[in-house]
Amino acid sequence: MTVLDLSRWQFGITTVYHFIFIPLTIGLALVVACLQTWWLIKKDPVYLRLTKFFGKIFLINFAVGVVTGIVQEFQFGMNWSAYSEFVGNVFGAPLAMEALLAFFMESTFIGLWIFGWNKLSPRLHLAMIWLAAIGTSMSAFFILAANSWMQHPVGYRVVPGTHRVELTSIFALLTNSTVLAAWPHVFFASFLVTGAVIIAVSAWHLARNSQVDVFGRAIRIGLVVTLAAGIASAVTGDIQARLMDSQQPMKMAAAEALYNTSDAASFSLFTIGSLNGSKEVWSIRVPYLLSLIATLNPHGTVQGINNVERAYDAKYGPGSYKPVIPVTYWSFRLMAGFGSLAALLAALGLWLTRRRRIPRSRWFYRVAIWALPLPYLATTMGWIFTEMGRQPWTVFGLLTTAQSVSAGVTVSSVIISLTVFTLLYAGLAAIAGWLTVRHVQAGAPDEIDGTGPGSSAEEPLPVFSY
Amino acid sequence: MNLATFWFILIAILWSGYFMLEGFDFGVGILLPVLGRDDTERRLMINAIGPVWDGNEVWLLTAGGATFAAFPQWYATMFSGFYLPLLIILVALIVRGVCFEFRSKVESPRWRANWDRAIFAGSALPALLWGVAFANIVRGVPVNAAHVYTGNLLTLLNWYGLLGGLVTLSLFTLHGAIFLGLKTTGELRARARSAAVKIALVAVPLAAIFLAVTQFSHGRPATDVTAAVAAVALIGGAAAALRGREGWAFTGTAVTLVLAVATLFGDLWPNVFPSSTSAAFSLTVNNASSPHYTLVVMSWVALIFTPIVLGYQSWSYWVFRKRLTSSDIPPVKQATGTGLEPAEPAGGRA
Repeated sequence: MTVLDLSRWQFGITTVYHFIFIPLTIGLALVVACLQTWWLIKKDPVYLRLTKFFGKIFLINFAVGVVTGIVQEFQFGMNWSAYSEFVGNVFGAPLAMEALLAFFMESTFIGLWIFGWNKLSPRLHLAMIWLAAIGTSMSAFFILAANSWMQHPVGYRVVPGTHRVELTSIFALLTNSTVLAAWPHVFFASFLVTGAVIIAVSAWHLARNSQVDVFGRAIRIGLVVTLAAGIASAVTGDIQARLMDSQQPMKMAAAEALYNTSDAASFSLFTIGSLNGSKEVWSIRVPYLLSLIATLNPHGTVQGINNVERAYDAKYGPGSYKPVIPVTYWSFRLMAGFGSLAALLAALGLWLTRRRRIPRSRWFYRVAIWALPLPYLATTMGWIFTEMGRQPWTVFGLLTTAQSVSAGVTVSSVIISLTVFTLLYAGLAAIAGWLTVRHVQAGAPDEIDGTGPGSSAEEPLPVFSY
Repeated sequence: MNLATFWFILIAILWSGYFMLEGFDFGVGILLPVLGRDDTERRLMINAIGPVWDGNEVWLLTAGGATFAAFPQWYATMFSGFYLPLLIILVALIVRGVCFEFRSKVESPRWRANWDRAIFAGSALPALLWGVAFANIVRGVPVNAAHVYTGNLLTLLNWYGLLGGLVTLSLFTLHGAIFLGLKTTGELRARARSAAVKIALVAVPLAAIFLAVTQFSHGRPATDVTAAVAAVALIGGAAAALRGREGWAFTGTAVTLVLAVATLFGDLWPNVFPSSTSAAFSLTVNNASSPHYTLVVMSWVALIFTPIVLGYQSWSYWVFRKRLTSSDIPPVKQATGTGLEPAEPAGGRA
């Protein structure tokens, strides 16, 4: 193992882990904001109970998302110093904006929301969760703008006589077509995760006939959110696929393991092939679908891996510009497959709970709970696909991953950090998961519990505190 | 003044803000096992920093982001060079960051005692290591012509670096004790006050020696002034703490921390990361900074949004300005419990 391999593993593990917590933070912040808004408008105590209940899940999840995000901010410099030096003036700009515009907003207003229940007027207190929620979504936009620049660099020039790049237009960077497609995709996928969490939690209670008044309503919210988010993720993902076809043709070809340029290209749902993915043994195929995805035309031309490779050899010099094909092939399918399955199950669930029915079948609740990993796996696969599909580049066409790694860092240092992060993160996941399950099983708090705003208690206690 | 120097000053301000703000919440974490005699008191201490610690930490993230954008070479050399110390700081901040949230969720004395230990270690380690890191930056570390750090972890553990670490550790602890005096009442407040006086006996001489040594070998006239004012503010703050003037004491240590950071950055300029191998290899505001366009863009972003951030962060301190008493701490509800036990009366404990 070299410093490069170890650093890639570390970046992959820490980033995938970080993103386990991010979708729920983005989605649940907005859902809790909506629940609290409905409570203020309708004065229905069920919404207050839901606000507090999901608010706590949100906070446990938020804490882990925040602390793992600290590592993200520093590991570019620690492990990828050559990359940082090369692109810092471009890539660092949206990162600094994220900290100044979004991180301060999230952290300050979350603090005000947690501790401000009895110190702020109900409306002002409601504004706190909205501002925190907007902060989390803004944060996603800036980091995706940075990532999109790596996928599809815009608004820069290469400084003549050096190998450095220089930002020439921040506007181009922030309106990169890639981020304008990626941000909605990530945003909606976040709600896919959020919806699945709400469904699973509600199903656990409904299956035990506990707090049916609260969780009967919550499960409907979860199902609607999941179905809508599933459709929206598919639509935005579809737009991304066509951008990818023109901006990163190798990634598109690698998503299908299409070796030779083809008109009317089919899409395989499942393939058994050789280990490196270059030979197909058996597959189930949908005719024309790949051409349709990539070009909106059933007879459109989709470039093959070998053809793109030849073009890149001519453009960037001899070398290998293929990502690891089985990884891109399977991660792409699993992303779309898990995501679609979650949305389909939500549609089925909506039918079974129509007109506020509470299904009696044990199977309904089993499926609702066991479907929880689906959107998590879909979002994880999505990131693995988009990042592995960009290889061998860190910045497409400009800088390879091998050129990006830190020069002065030793193998032993990275082994230490990789081990420490992996163990620490596993521990955090176990504890956060256990605390969440414990909180879920305790159920939604009573409406008088903790006294929300508007209570008549003389010295009201905070609703949340440490 | 060119834009690179403007950004150097801005980053100095971010670190000053970070030390001044997170300084006291590190201090509260360090004092948690010392001053908190029972769970209610320890919860009171945690809740005193509860609404603000996360926002305080963003000053660090913003300093990191600003360095990345404005001085990519500095960011790259410093963070890859200080790999292992930074790893320790990150682990400490991660553990500390989840502690507050996780600790409150289970009402078992053993669970809470473990998290209390983690809060202590997660606060004390960064408090020590930031000082070690900054002292070494001012002193200069081995950096080669390719701007790569060539030392190791032991290189940083020299007497001056360790002195710097003890200075931040003791100053943050003092700052935290004074903050607790400002935010609590009764017995805990009295204990925090006497702790502040005792810590000051250690912190004042350490800081004075460190500033004197720093100015003797790296100083310039302008920073002699900031260092002197920092020292006077510290002595004044300690005197105010002794007389129970908590507001003045806190102002004193806040000014000390801000001016101490200003002194270190002032001594550095125009270097940002001096090389002890050869002065020719040092990173400077000019050779480490981003091109003009990026600095212009980031300057506008900073000029527009920094006042807004300062505005709402100050407002949040205003909202939570009241002293906390144990009646502010709600009784713990066990997951299986009935829920509505009355709050413990103030000061009433065995």
